[in-house]
Amino acid sequence: MSAAIEAHGLVKVFGSDVKALDGVSLSVEEGTVLGLLGPNGAGKTTTVRVLTTTLVPDAGQAFVNGFDVVRQPNKVRASIGLAGQYAAVDENLTGRENLRMVGQLFQLSRKDASRVADELLEHFGLTEAANRPSKTYSGGMRRRLDIAAALVVRPPVLFLDEPTTGLDPKSRIAVWAIVEDLVANGTTVLLTTQYLEEADRLADQIVVVDRGQVIAEGTAAELKSRLGETVLDLGFVDDDAATMAESIFVGTWGSAPVREGSLVELNIDAGPSQVMMALRQLDEAGIAPVTMVLREPSLDDVFLSITGRRTETDQEVGE
Amino acid sequence: MTASVLPGRAVALKRSRLRASIGDSIVVTERNLIGYVRIPEQLFFSSVQPIMFVLLFRYVFGGAISPPGMSYVDYLIPGILVQTVLFGSVSTSVGLAEDLQKGLVDRFRSLPMARSAVLAGRTSADSIRNVFVILLVIGVGYLVGFRVGTNFAGFLAAFALLLFFAYAVSWGFSCIGLSAPNSETAQLMAFPILFPLTFASSAFVPSETMPSWLRWFADHQPVGVVVNATRALLEGGPTARWVIPAVIWSFALLFLFAPLAVWRYRKTA
Repeated sequence: MSAAIEAHGLVKVFGSDVKALDGVSLSVEEGTVLGLLGPNGAGKTTTVRVLTTTLVPDAGQAFVNGFDVVRQPNKVRASIGLAGQYAAVDENLTGRENLRMVGQLFQLSRKDASRVADELLEHFGLTEAANRPSKTYSGGMRRRLDIAAALVVRPPVLFLDEPTTGLDPKSRIAVWAIVEDLVANGTTVLLTTQYLEEADRLADQIVVVDRGQVIAEGTAAELKSRLGETVLDLGFVDDDAATMAESIFVGTWGSAPVREGSLVELNIDAGPSQVMMALRQLDEAGIAPVTMVLREPSLDDVFLSITGRRTETDQEVGE
Repeated sequence: MTASVLPGRAVALKRSRLRASIGDSIVVTERNLIGYVRIPEQLFFSSVQPIMFVLLFRYVFGGAISPPGMSYVDYLIPGILVQTVLFGSVSTSVGLAEDLQKGLVDRFRSLPMARSAVLAGRTSADSIRNVFVILLVIGVGYLVGFRVGTNFAGFLAAFALLLFFAYAVSWGFSCIGLSAPNSETAQLMAFPILFPLTFASSAFVPSETMPSWLRWFADHQPVGVVVNATRALLEGGPTARWVIPAVIWSFALLFLFAPLAVWRYRKTA
């Protein structure tokens, strides 16, 4: 196995002081999926733009399929597909025209480009809409067309910049199925997302970025194991009761409790006895929880514990 | 959606640089022309404006203006022609700003295509649209009494000059489109440039009636020179005196703005 995408110390400064990238390094093995995770403005899109040669970095090096993104941009471009956050298809063109145009710009003959367009339209369930201007498409159809446009030459490396942002759950699952199908057939994918569930489901490796820096990396399981094995969610009657419970746990507990409203989260890493201890502490203080749930930590918990912030779920705002 | 596996394809770019850049430009030109056809409203309303200018100046202002040596309608139409292709080139900047805004330029940038093709495809499509607009203005002009006073060769030469000048100018507007924060602003940015050049020229009134400093500007600035050259080719008069500087201006604008636009395109994030 070798790396299909490699980046070392990428730096990109916008204007005089906005450091969009502050030394990002990452590596994606051939045939695997890397999930680039982070809130809005973390540097996810900027990383993708550097790796897809649409932006030149101020410092650092990056290679895609062994080609230098700065020195051999056309070689890189010929071997990648990019599906962007804003579904960059021409809305005046029909689905078929959009795909044919991309094919022709990859130097396929008009005939070959048309044939490839038809294959892709069929594969993505867009045959019926093929001759309609893409502005009439639903969000999910547009996103599928955008991904199809990235697959015109079946590139070995695919970049998906927030492929499911703003999609309804059904369309989201359809996009996931497409990605899983591609990866099963050997495509390397770098995917940015704000959705932990998406990274959890699709990504072999996860890189968490915040403020232009890599703040954590590993498999989903590795990242979760940093939090211990289990999370105990305790719900209280009101915020005051939860605040009191929180103050009891602070100092007597290994990792700090997290309170959100009337809910307190505790990390459990020593098994049932620890749960019993927590309940005993509450009992001694005369506070009774109204709900109690034991669960696996989510990547959201991981993100919170690393950055001190929840991931943003705002779907409209781009980077 | 079918579960079948997509067939694999090899990627090999075989064309030479020059052939690739011409081929890519043609593909992008076609894409832009399809855009014009798909929004007929845009084409319709951009045609209404020059027609209204013809009628306004022919029937409202025209009676008060009497140019020496020819009827006002013969004087007016060459001016309207230059004004129309000039105002039309604003769509070059608006279209580019829109492509940037919508992320299409990012898609183009990620493709192994010639860097100049996005701009060349846009300016070429606008030239093709100009052919239609020029014929329309001349047609409307004929209905209100305009006649070509020279000959067919003069007509063709005027046609070619208008297209070439508009092509050069649209590269200038490419620079504006690539610098504008959005397409609405791109449109607004054009008018402070176009208005003085169009109206401080002999497009609608003879420059002889202007104060001497303004007259000097009107007779030397590119729009004024091209108006006079077009008028000379269509209606007679001193031809070389205006056509030569008009061609020189057009080449100068092209050689200045085309490289500048390509440079901006490469730099724009």
